[in-house]
Amino acid sequence: MSADQILVEVTSVVDVSPSIREFTLSPVNAEFYPFSPGSHVVVEMPAAKKTIKNAYSLLSDPLDTAVYKIAVRLQEQSRGGSVYMHQQVTPGDQLKISPPANLFAPQWQAKKHILIAGGVGITPFMSYLPELERRLADYELHYLYRSDFTGAYRKELAEQLGERFFDYDSSQSQRCDLAQIMSDRTVGTHFYICGPEVLIDSVKAQAEAFGIPASVIHYEEFAAPAPGEPFEVELKKTGQVVSVSSDESMLEALEAANVDIPNLCRGGVCGQCVCQVADGDIEHRDNFLSESEKQAGTAVMPCVSRAKSDRLVLDI
Amino acid sequence: MRLAPKEIQTFRDDFTYTNSAEAIRRFPFPFPEDEYRYSVNIEPHEPKDGEGSVYENLLDIDEHYLSEMHERSLVLKEMPHRCLAMDHMELASWDMIERCMTSMAEDYPEYFSLTKEGEHWTWENKLLGIKDDFIFADSDSLPMPPLEYIGRQVQGDFALLDQRDGDLFMDAGIITCPADWSLAFDAGMSFSQWHGPVPMAHKEGIFDRALKYLTAIPVGKPVRRLNWTLTVNARMDTAPENYHEWGHERTSVTPENVGEKVYLRVELQVIDRMPRSNALMFSIRTYLMSLEDIVTNPQWAQRLHRVMKTLPPALIDYKGLSRYHSTVVDYLAHFDQTN
Repeated sequence: MSADQILVEVTSVVDVSPSIREFTLSPVNAEFYPFSPGSHVVVEMPAAKKTIKNAYSLLSDPLDTAVYKIAVRLQEQSRGGSVYMHQQVTPGDQLKISPPANLFAPQWQAKKHILIAGGVGITPFMSYLPELERRLADYELHYLYRSDFTGAYRKELAEQLGERFFDYDSSQSQRCDLAQIMSDRTVGTHFYICGPEVLIDSVKAQAEAFGIPASVIHYEEFAAPAPGEPFEVELKKTGQVVSVSSDESMLEALEAANVDIPNLCRGGVCGQCVCQVADGDIEHRDNFLSESEKQAGTAVMPCVSRAKSDRLVLDI
Repeated sequence: MRLAPKEIQTFRDDFTYTNSAEAIRRFPFPFPEDEYRYSVNIEPHEPKDGEGSVYENLLDIDEHYLSEMHERSLVLKEMPHRCLAMDHMELASWDMIERCMTSMAEDYPEYFSLTKEGEHWTWENKLLGIKDDFIFADSDSLPMPPLEYIGRQVQGDFALLDQRDGDLFMDAGIITCPADWSLAFDAGMSFSQWHGPVPMAHKEGIFDRALKYLTAIPVGKPVRRLNWTLTVNARMDTAPENYHEWGHERTSVTPENVGEKVYLRVELQVIDRMPRSNALMFSIRTYLMSLEDIVTNPQWAQRLHRVMKTLPPALIDYKGLSRYHSTVVDYLAHFDQTN
């Protein structure tokens, strides 16, 4: 176990919707750090054939260092992580997690905060709310979900937030009108989106239409790396060849082969794991590289991206 | 701490500041090779070089503690704006209080103590005769704003950097011994903006790489680097705000007085992620050593000569050394006979 990791015990497992399960993690050896709203931890799952690592937002009160809580949605196209969490993990189990890191922190100089959550994308905002309340900040939460299936926590939220809470149940045909949410906002309003790519793209498009600057639009895509075709990775400096199966990421395959690559979000946004590519066609799936960098085809983010060709040669 | 704090010495007027033999021995000499080269030179801030080393603890408290705290209070009395914290940096200030008090009480228990009963904390600083009860994160429970409160009790300057949109912003700090930069001027600036004046490094992409590295620093994994310049006289406060007091001293260096008048000024910079606010605490701990004291170590004398001789003109200019750089090189040449 690397020094960075924290050993935790799962002290409670609760279904917060038919597809979303909440896990309470308690420290085993040392105290937990307090964390900042929007932080995530990377959970290491020792599955049968391989170790899976997924990042999950912390959804407890950031000042509560007694426990951390995460919520995991069972993904239809799982590479094994969400299935492992749902089927294998029970109270009393021990897991390893990274210390909290944050790529989705609130902008505290904002005059108003508009939070837009899609389904399990509610999780990072669960840690925003206690701090927004403490600071008496001006905010609204807009929550898009499909009835009980993905609508975790909506009853508590409605009770706690009152007029600040707006919910849209797609199974009741309640549509969220982004144009209405985003129009006539005062300067200094910041928008935060966590949810599927289509929701993020819609908010970005609406912002562009209204002339809202990109600097006040913040988002965190809720996506673990999706599966794809198997391929091989060759390391140019050593000649080592590593096979990447369809349900593991390039980063996971390299780690399993003891190739250490710095990484943080494991979701294609932080840029830590970027590798130079010497040969091969890349299937870019990240949100970090620019369009021109992607077209140049000389860099890849192995946490989410894959190869279109049978083999990718990395310049490492 | 192996070095007990000395009585108050001055960093202005009569300049009574001195280094003991032990302080000279532990001085963080910053040059790893003979030729000067630009590098980011960041490493994990882990203890090294054993007991008494400046790298032993998160915060280094040494024999100059009382003098530096006295100098800080003099600066803040004249110029209160040398300490500022934008409203959104209050939680980061409390993060800093926790980090500093916890590590100081742990590392120097003979001088500092911290007791916690839930949110009710008691802090004692025996060196400055301070004992306060307060409620954690309640700024009204302290006698002054939280950043100023802790900043007046820790050696070195501190900036608190807010992180947003993958960039860092200088939104708070207590800066009373800067090497010719101003918090009031840099306040609110982004990482690339406040590094704007630094020559050469932009072209080499050093700042882009450094920013990427810094924004990814996790909680509990501080990093450090050394930075350096030269200062005339043992003057801690070389801020642009009082350039009129120290700028002209650059013309006072002569071949006769260069050894005692010119100081190598080394900054031990430590960058630490604050857990509650996600801000970075950037501490700049300054060590001043006269050339006379430096050359008591023959290896340092020889190396410093070679580094000074190969310093690029753009850096000589940027660091404000043009007036006396050649006098320094000539002086050091005496200690580098093989060259």
